[in-house]
Amino acid sequence: MNLQNRRLFYNRVFSVLSIGTALLGLIFLGWIIVTLVIKGTEAMSLDLFTTDLINNGLRNLLWGQFVLSILATVLAIPIGMLAGIWLQEYGNHTKFATFIRDLSDVMMSAPSIVIGTFVYAILVVPVGHANGWAGIVALAILMLPIVVRTTDDMLGLIPRELREAGVALGIPKYRIILDIIIRGAKVGIMTGLLLAFARIVGETAPLLYTSGTSQYWTTNLNETFPSLTVSIYNLATHPQEEMVKLGWAGALILAVFVLALNIIGRYLVRKKH
Amino acid sequence: MEKIFSRLSWFSATTVLLVLLATLYVLYVQAKPAIDAYGWKFILDPRWGVEVAIDEQGREIPRDEFFHTEENAAGSMVLDEDGIPMEDETETGQADLERNAEAGVTIKEIYGGLVPIVGSVLSTLIAMAFSIPIAMGIAVFLSEISIEALKTPVGVAIELLAAIPSIIYGMWGLFFFGPFIASIFGGSSVSLLVAGLVLGVMVIPFMAALSRDAINTTPDVLKESAYAVGATRFEVVKDIIFPYAKTGILGSIIISLGRALGETMAVAFVIGGVYQLAEHVTDPTISIPVALANNFAESSGLSLAALYYLAFILFVVSFVIIFLAKEFLLRRAKV
Repeated sequence: MNLQNRRLFYNRVFSVLSIGTALLGLIFLGWIIVTLVIKGTEAMSLDLFTTDLINNGLRNLLWGQFVLSILATVLAIPIGMLAGIWLQEYGNHTKFATFIRDLSDVMMSAPSIVIGTFVYAILVVPVGHANGWAGIVALAILMLPIVVRTTDDMLGLIPRELREAGVALGIPKYRIILDIIIRGAKVGIMTGLLLAFARIVGETAPLLYTSGTSQYWTTNLNETFPSLTVSIYNLATHPQEEMVKLGWAGALILAVFVLALNIIGRYLVRKKH
Repeated sequence: MEKIFSRLSWFSATTVLLVLLATLYVLYVQAKPAIDAYGWKFILDPRWGVEVAIDEQGREIPRDEFFHTEENAAGSMVLDEDGIPMEDETETGQADLERNAEAGVTIKEIYGGLVPIVGSVLSTLIAMAFSIPIAMGIAVFLSEISIEALKTPVGVAIELLAAIPSIIYGMWGLFFFGPFIASIFGGSSVSLLVAGLVLGVMVIPFMAALSRDAINTTPDVLKESAYAVGATRFEVVKDIIFPYAKTGILGSIIISLGRALGETMAVAFVIGGVYQLAEHVTDPTISIPVALANNFAESSGLSLAALYYLAFILFVVSFVIIFLAKEFLLRRAKV
């Protein structure tokens, strides 16, 4: 084989391998989606949305997961956004800001179950039983670094001139930030927050022993709180066939919800550009 | 007002630091009994929930020597439903323990972390070995080989798949992938191998999306120059794109590795949850996050402290991996 043929041969092998692995990966991922849709729709019915888990429905679980995630978001957003603002507008280029930025990035990759054990120690053990607040705090801790990063990045995109224009008008700095910079970065930040929400809404590990889960409808956050993901975990390993089906239905609803949030987020980004 | 706002935002930024320190501190304090009891040997001890006898000097008395009189009673081990070895406490066994207590012998429960640690490391390694080639294939395919019409839809699909909650990957592994793997390689449908592969499938979209972004940063001019002097596509990828995007690709691999190491739900269904070193890859075992997920709520005392010890190790290890990766890669990027 001469040099040219060998090079062409290697190129052919490489192309086939690359396409092959890409196909293999897509087959696996397609397999997951197909099983999820088939298994999920099998058990899907309108009754799931009107009855609680105790009556083989999912209503209380959907409600519980939503409440936990929303309240965690309410907790994480102000702290996270203010932290992001400080990093970009006040502390930028200082050593401390770089340090916090690094820490925040590292926290983004922290194992979520470990956050669960931490919250268990500080919020579940003193109370004596799992409670909704602990679940909220665990989710908020997971969400915090994502919010910090998003705000930090989006504010960084705002041109310097806008800030200078504000200063030239004699506006106090906090008004510049709130009225000019945040307004300019609004779409980006909203998208980031939406994606952050989508990420914590599907979390299971930090909720396992913080919020626990419940079979009943409840609005009392001081008690064990229903969680869709934790219940899916229990249902999937349930000996009764019916319960496993219910788990698949829950998984499909969760996946559709998370994907819808992601698609909306994507759409917002595209609209902006 | 300005002062309040800047103070508030500074305080919020410090909260990030405080949460992290608090996590480390709380985990350490909770793990302290286990750290005191076992020291660093914890990470090398394969036993979990085994009672051993300690003599006056604090040395362990070998099991068969201590229990020689009561082989049948105290020496027999039964597994409870979680697969944790439990001592069969019969009355004769109790009498035996009391008699030994008078002779200065005490009973100590031993919790060692070797099994979950090895389980975590091995399942992550399997996941990486499986996902790196596939993710790189997808990334190269998306950025260089595919026709334009496919790039966006496939790319978006991959990114959306990265957003699917990990518990769904776990369920798929339990009901479909596990039995499939068992039918090929034999063994149980919950095993180290299945856990590693499910983890691998889970991180593929994430790794592929990040690597594709890194590959796409290669300037077109560089690629075109290479093509212009007659390089094949393989040579362009090997000699131009990979060297250029090296740091980004390495970064995507390391972040995926961190994810796989700390992942709970995708693994919990399929690793088996047994405190036993896997002799073959098709044997069930346990990983740190799964140990935490399965046994945390019903543990107390030393076993809870041992679990916190594991959590502490996991937290510190993933912290160090990500931090080093960031430092190392950033420094490389600057040069």
